[in-house]
Amino acid sequence: MSGSLFWQRLFLHRWQRQMKYLTKITSKNALNKNLQHRHISTTLQLLNQSKPLQFDLSSFPVENIRNFCIIAHVDHGKSTLADRLLEITGTIPKGNNQQVLDKLPVERERGITVKAQTASLIYRYNDQDYLLNLIDTPGHVDFHYEVSRSLAACQGVILLVDANQGVQAQTVANFYLAFEAELTIIPVLNKIDLKNAQVEVVSDQIHNLFDLDKTDILKISAKQGTGVEEVLKAVIERIPCPKFDKTQPLRAFVFDSWYDRFKGVVAHFAICDGIIKEGDRILCNSTKKNYEVTEIGIMYPDQVSTGVLFAGQVGYAMMNMKNTDEAKIGDTFYHENQTVKPLPGFKEAIPMVFAGMFPMEHSEYLQLKSAIEKLTLNDRSVQVRMDSSPVLGQGYRLGFLGLLHMEVFNQRLEQEFDASVIITAPNIAFKVKIKGEKNIKQYGSEELLVLNPCLMPSIDIITEYQEPMVNGTIISPAEYINSITELCLNHRGCLKDQSYIDDTRVLFKVLFPLSEILVDFFDKLKSLSSGYARQVSLIDFYINFDYEDAGFEITDLVKVDFTLNGREVEELTLICHVSRARDMAKRVCERLKATIPRQQFVITVQGKVNQKVIAREDIKAYRKDVTAKCYGGDITRKMKLLKSQAEGKKKLRMIGNIEIPKDAFIKILQK
Amino acid sequence: MNKTLSLLIKAIARDAAICGSYKSYSSAALYVHWPYCKRRCTYCNFNKYIQKSVNHERMKQCLIKESQTLLQLSGVDKITSVFFGGGTPSLAQPETIKSFLESISKHISPHSQTEISMEVNPTGIEMDNLRVFKAAGVNRVSIGVQTLNTEALHILGRDHTVQESIKCLKMAKSLFPSHVSLDLIYGWPGQSLDMWLAELKEILQICDHHISLYQLTVERGTQLFKSIQENKLKLPDSDVTEDMYLQAVDLLDQNGFERYEVSNFAKEHCYSYHNLAYWTGVDYIGVGPGAHGRFTPRDKGQREARIQTLEPDNWMWEVENYSHATRKCIPLTMQDQLEELLSVGLRTKSGVTHFAWSKICPKRSIDDLLLHNQKVLFYIHKGLLVLDHRGLKPSSEGMNIIDSILPDLLIALQDANNTAIYNKNK
Repeated sequence: MSGSLFWQRLFLHRWQRQMKYLTKITSKNALNKNLQHRHISTTLQLLNQSKPLQFDLSSFPVENIRNFCIIAHVDHGKSTLADRLLEITGTIPKGNNQQVLDKLPVERERGITVKAQTASLIYRYNDQDYLLNLIDTPGHVDFHYEVSRSLAACQGVILLVDANQGVQAQTVANFYLAFEAELTIIPVLNKIDLKNAQVEVVSDQIHNLFDLDKTDILKISAKQGTGVEEVLKAVIERIPCPKFDKTQPLRAFVFDSWYDRFKGVVAHFAICDGIIKEGDRILCNSTKKNYEVTEIGIMYPDQVSTGVLFAGQVGYAMMNMKNTDEAKIGDTFYHENQTVKPLPGFKEAIPMVFAGMFPMEHSEYLQLKSAIEKLTLNDRSVQVRMDSSPVLGQGYRLGFLGLLHMEVFNQRLEQEFDASVIITAPNIAFKVKIKGEKNIKQYGSEELLVLNPCLMPSIDIITEYQEPMVNGTIISPAEYINSITELCLNHRGCLKDQSYIDDTRVLFKVLFPLSEILVDFFDKLKSLSSGYARQVSLIDFYINFDYEDAGFEITDLVKVDFTLNGREVEELTLICHVSRARDMAKRVCERLKATIPRQQFVITVQGKVNQKVIAREDIKAYRKDVTAKCYGGDITRKMKLLKSQAEGKKKLRMIGNIEIPKDAFIKILQK
Repeated sequence: MNKTLSLLIKAIARDAAICGSYKSYSSAALYVHWPYCKRRCTYCNFNKYIQKSVNHERMKQCLIKESQTLLQLSGVDKITSVFFGGGTPSLAQPETIKSFLESISKHISPHSQTEISMEVNPTGIEMDNLRVFKAAGVNRVSIGVQTLNTEALHILGRDHTVQESIKCLKMAKSLFPSHVSLDLIYGWPGQSLDMWLAELKEILQICDHHISLYQLTVERGTQLFKSIQENKLKLPDSDVTEDMYLQAVDLLDQNGFERYEVSNFAKEHCYSYHNLAYWTGVDYIGVGPGAHGRFTPRDKGQREARIQTLEPDNWMWEVENYSHATRKCIPLTMQDQLEELLSVGLRTKSGVTHFAWSKICPKRSIDDLLLHNQKVLFYIHKGLLVLDHRGLKPSSEGMNIIDSILPDLLIALQDANNTAIYNKNK
């Protein structure tokens, strides 16, 4: 970074990240440069307006407060709508705002929101000022965790659907989250200005799927601002105000926390009851630790200190916390010497997908370590464990909520910390039940979560295997019914439901083992419609898929070991469903054959289950390995080559007599 | 024994070793490079130049001048063999060869049959010169037959025909009985195992006492490389070329040809003595553009790898102005020399002798420096290497895969060397 601390401090919390991004991509391309200018202008405008507020927070009775969020599929225009809402309410100046709430480079690049963000807006309606707290949520169900946090601080949601693409699988999943949280739902059709908008068809879909009245559906174009005022009005009219009381003792609910390099932990609070002021001493319900509030305010859309927050309001607070673990999501804070009933907290997010992350060079381990530590400060849903592998050295095994979560994390790792990492193929956690008092004592409990296949207990003591399941939702044109059904069955999917959402499109509900959709399911699904997708309009040919956690189910698993000339290669061990063992074993054996160079003797590669060979490949020995010519003029060159080969040999990994190039296993372990 | 005495004995031993080596260093093999070719072969990336007019007189003077300088510099008084390589040395005027050989005649013992070889292309003109070359002093020829397949000759970009090859062989055999070698290339695009074996059988009918077999290697920057990159030509699979080599070795063996080096086969001990010099670690002087040499200059105590200036015109200019055109001298440590000895020696049937080893490293034996390594022991145990009273040599199987064994030997040698230094410092 070229900048001085002065500027960094000015931009603080939210803009510092963007600044880093801006300086980093200067060389990338002209398009990005263009974006930058816009950001800088936005940034400066925001700076100018970060003056004291024009209004008094205490002047908003609970009845004039609305807390809401927007849920939508990727690309359906959520961030554009948020920008527009901020503009109309004068929170940010008009023009050229680009996804103000998406702060991470990865969010802008992939058009998705990863971290929940909040912004407060003031809107005058029927001669009264209303305080609207917009809580921006991540779109993808991998970020279920973030979505559910945001929802818990809201009373209503805007369900945003692209009128061109129609209801997407992800919209369905998000809808049910909001529905289960008993929130008011305002359906909004976006992008009605586009040529291919099919307002009627999509309205039907919404009606059929969610049982929402078609007359309640708002039709807007967030890009052009058409109908956005109506959205604000609907928010005020339809969403109930929070039912909290500022005369009651303080209850502040943490729905997000954020680590700021300069100020420490920034907690996002929804104030349920009472009043919180700067200088208050507050207590954390779970730890009973005592903190002094050093700064409190609202996101407008930047942090604006207000000194006080009242019941029903949403804002941020800083209290000299060093670790986000101290401000756990779902925790309740209250004043000292008060007894209050804590609000129901969230369930901890359970990681579903695991992958090893290792530095490209051993010397970069410390760099990777600090990068991962910094990133997980702001993403507590990532589970971090140390791991070491004979092939890849010292590294980490990280647990993610889903595949997208993992990809996003990796991208953030590379973008924000310039760290280049080797990521192993993802695997998932299984559960096993074991028998025998001694064994149970040794492992600590009867039911074990197995993250690393190598650490699975001996099969002799296992009484039951369980694998994680997901409820998948697929929306597709009707013509693919057969191929989709076949694909699902081939991936051990169990068809739960199949229904038409409009004249041409079908929604499938399928229960899948998570392991089945982990690797190539998405690609196969996509390839079903490839070739058609660009024709006519997207809505007619677009297949989409989403899934949510569906707990564990009893299953039949086996551990597949791999051997090279009889010697076990631990890091290749995998656990899979019994029906998959042969295919998986065959695939790994084939890849080993392709990556291990021929040697002076035959190498037998075997995949085994319970010592029984289920796959085998032989790597033939070479019978000749000698250069043709070596005369007086060739010796110097020959020696150079031999010496570099000798150097290379020193770095080879030996399994018995077999020489394994360093990258051979990496190629297999990598995705 | 008291300390002074032991030191004295050591000093005597050292002096003896130096004297001994000095004596043997006073003879060397001589390589002469003729850099010009008539046309470019599609597979060749050697140091050669296609030039319409060659200044033969100037080349002759320069070759003579440089050889005199280097002989002087090296202190070599006896030349054990001469080899005219290239390029295409048979394109040199016989007079050049004659004058050159005359200029070094005092270093060539008149009684012994010193091997004087020349590479010959089997085209008409060069054939006509064979007799004259013989008169000039050449007594062994190596004929670049390459293949008896007309199409392959075309692919390889050779400028002679199959008939010319056969005719040339006949003539050479009558002029240099039992001193004719021929080069063959196998593994060219389109060649099958059967084609190769049939060709080799045909060769056996017409060849003399020496054959060199080379698998076609495709070098970057050649026309052949380009054709293969562009998928215009396809090389045989490695499985096939393995068989081509191994079955050729068998076939030649059945016909009385001994594989005395990876690519060289001789009947009735008609080895190429010049090439054996390279593989046994004997000194050699390289004369001509881009020629390589290895010897201990008289004024220095250490053996050097020496490379002459590559480009003919620059080379000639330097020779004319500085008497020689050595562009690069790389001093070779004892470690370097042992590494080279192993790397070239184990390509031969007789391997590295204890004697050759002790000339470089009089104090520590092969056993000392290599047998501490598990990999080396494994190779000996598996019968890929044989260590006996004569020295270390590869078995037939070992020779087939010697490139994969050598790196381990170099590692063993390095480890021993590091420990030796450690012990000395202690």
